[in-house]
Amino acid sequence: MPAPGAKRHHAMTLANSLRSQPDAQGHFGEFGGQYVAETLMPLVLALDAEYRAAKNDPAFAAELAGLMTHYVGRPSPLYYAERLTETLRATAPEGMGPKIYFKREELNHTGAHKINNCIGQILLAIRMGKTRIIAETGAGQHGVATATVAARFGLPCTIFMGAKDVERQQPNVFRMKLLGAEVTPVTSGAQTLKDAMNEALRDWVANVHDTFYIIGTAAGPHPYPELVRDFQSVIGIEAKAQILEAEGRLPDLLVAAVGGGSNAIGLFHPFLDDEGVAMLGIEAAGKGMHTSEHAASLNGGRPGVLHGNRTYLLQDEDGQISEAHSISAGLDYPGIGPEHSWLHEIGRVRYEGVTDMEALDAFQLCCRTEGIIPALECAHAIAGLAHVVHKYREDQIVILNLSGRGDKDIFTVADALGAKI
Amino acid sequence: MTRLADTFARTASENRAALVAFVTAGDPSPAHTPAILDAIVAGGADVIELGMPFTDPMADGPAIQAANLRALAAGLRTADVLAIAKTFRERHPQVPLVLMGYANPMLSRGPEWFADAAAKAGVDGVICVDIPAEEDAALGPALRAAGIDPVRLATPTTDAARLPQVLAGASGFLYYVSVAGITGMQQAASGSIEAAVARLKAGTDLPVAVGFGVRTPAQAAAVARVADGVVVGSAIVEALAKAGGDPEAGRALVAGLAEAVRDARIGAVA
Repeated sequence: MPAPGAKRHHAMTLANSLRSQPDAQGHFGEFGGQYVAETLMPLVLALDAEYRAAKNDPAFAAELAGLMTHYVGRPSPLYYAERLTETLRATAPEGMGPKIYFKREELNHTGAHKINNCIGQILLAIRMGKTRIIAETGAGQHGVATATVAARFGLPCTIFMGAKDVERQQPNVFRMKLLGAEVTPVTSGAQTLKDAMNEALRDWVANVHDTFYIIGTAAGPHPYPELVRDFQSVIGIEAKAQILEAEGRLPDLLVAAVGGGSNAIGLFHPFLDDEGVAMLGIEAAGKGMHTSEHAASLNGGRPGVLHGNRTYLLQDEDGQISEAHSISAGLDYPGIGPEHSWLHEIGRVRYEGVTDMEALDAFQLCCRTEGIIPALECAHAIAGLAHVVHKYREDQIVILNLSGRGDKDIFTVADALGAKI
Repeated sequence: MTRLADTFARTASENRAALVAFVTAGDPSPAHTPAILDAIVAGGADVIELGMPFTDPMADGPAIQAANLRALAAGLRTADVLAIAKTFRERHPQVPLVLMGYANPMLSRGPEWFADAAAKAGVDGVICVDIPAEEDAALGPALRAAGIDPVRLATPTTDAARLPQVLAGASGFLYYVSVAGITGMQQAASGSIEAAVARLKAGTDLPVAVGFGVRTPAQAAAVARVADGVVVGSAIVEALAKAGGDPEAGRALVAGLAEAVRDARIGAVA
């Protein structure tokens, strides 16, 4: 009975490890893949081959590790957020309210986790002999990180950014320009992250010979979701060692915000096979899941194909993509990385929504209790703690990925709070 | 024989290339498209390529992007695209019609649903920009089961190692994208097109049509000398847009292209 046997074997593979995805064609279950125009297909195959070679090259690992230590500033601390823990505990029943640790990715060079991935990808670009870098950006964090590594390695760099985002993220636009990047405002579509990604793909297809596309999240055609995850997994690998050092045991819960999902998969992936570790991904529920103005692909979308991969998308019944909404420009995207879609379907990670208002409250709470101004993206994760604080005992441990600092967001927050700067 | 095979056999017997004319469905509104298609056929198009609008046409240049968004803003739905195809088939029983578009609208209700609905509407072939040979399972089997030709794209970056895989699932014709880029941009040198077509024809018996960057009668003639088909898209879409969707603008442009394509090989001999 070859067919049932094969099926059983497949199930056993899954049971043995949740960390062995994707398959050789980049599929995470039914998600992922390589849905790109024929012109780009040879490029993504070449990137895949180069990535396999780099993974087996000790010199690549050594160069990456050196830059992570001396340029990015890794390892980032794992910090016990004592006052936030106490504040949340006060809202929970007696004996409940876990210890909250922050994985301090906002302390990296450029102020977010994005740089981990950019360093890895630019080393691949150089290995492949590419001489020009392009990237898309929403809030500008990935654009700044890409411009940073392009400057560091002396490569010209063009960043595609929705015209609307250019307008609302002027400080980051200027940062990118200071770093020597050309910022191209994208006026097609809704003029936000999705349109910036379309335009980056159009540039790439027209400049296939010299250009490397540094995708900013764990999405896009294979091997991007895998390699971005691998470069970001340094977050979870460090966190695991650090919590064992601090507490002598693994955490009970991991929490991270999910837009495309690179900071979340970076924290989650090294723990996927640790059965006692629960995981919570927080999607942007925008103005609420009862409205159409949110960016919660898993809770409010269904599977489809966009930007090179099959994944959950916000779309209508004809498969036309809907506009996303979130107060956080970094979460304002109608899709999500394919590995998250798979983890959602198999139930390994729970995904819940947090609204703009909840995120704004959590943003202020973090500022006042911890003296840390968090990015609006991770303010969503902090707000997500309110969903779980009553379910975990005082002796249990939560690690939250504080993926970026919030300096970039102070204008948006001031605007939302009605304050004048 | 299918309509596509019949048409390419006929144009080959007439010692000329087929003219494949692209129009975005629903631009400027769904009601405009039937008359535009009739005018394009009257102008001399041999094959109709009907663009299925998508919110995120990432392989298209500004002209077709704008046409996609105009059509969607005018309320175009997938049902309208299928209705346009169906009524075209009723009026033009012999003219092949190929749908071109992106994966998500084609897969939204499932590949079988789409293939079945397209077959019932009289569609002959489907070109899906973002389903390469590697992802054929997503749509190819459903199309074949419904008797629709999955038309494959080959590009300047399709190397010898991948070409067999690209050709393996192809039928109807092979669409050679002559430039690495998006629709409506510059044209490739005709010498490189000739060499590419020869390379492709060494690997397949399918007719090879060449598109991307073919805008003028002179450019169409140059391609028609060396290929089995010439695809013109953005130039037609732009002409129609400029004329507010007046079918005559499409007919006039296509008539000039058709004449150039018909005379191309005679001119080359003379």
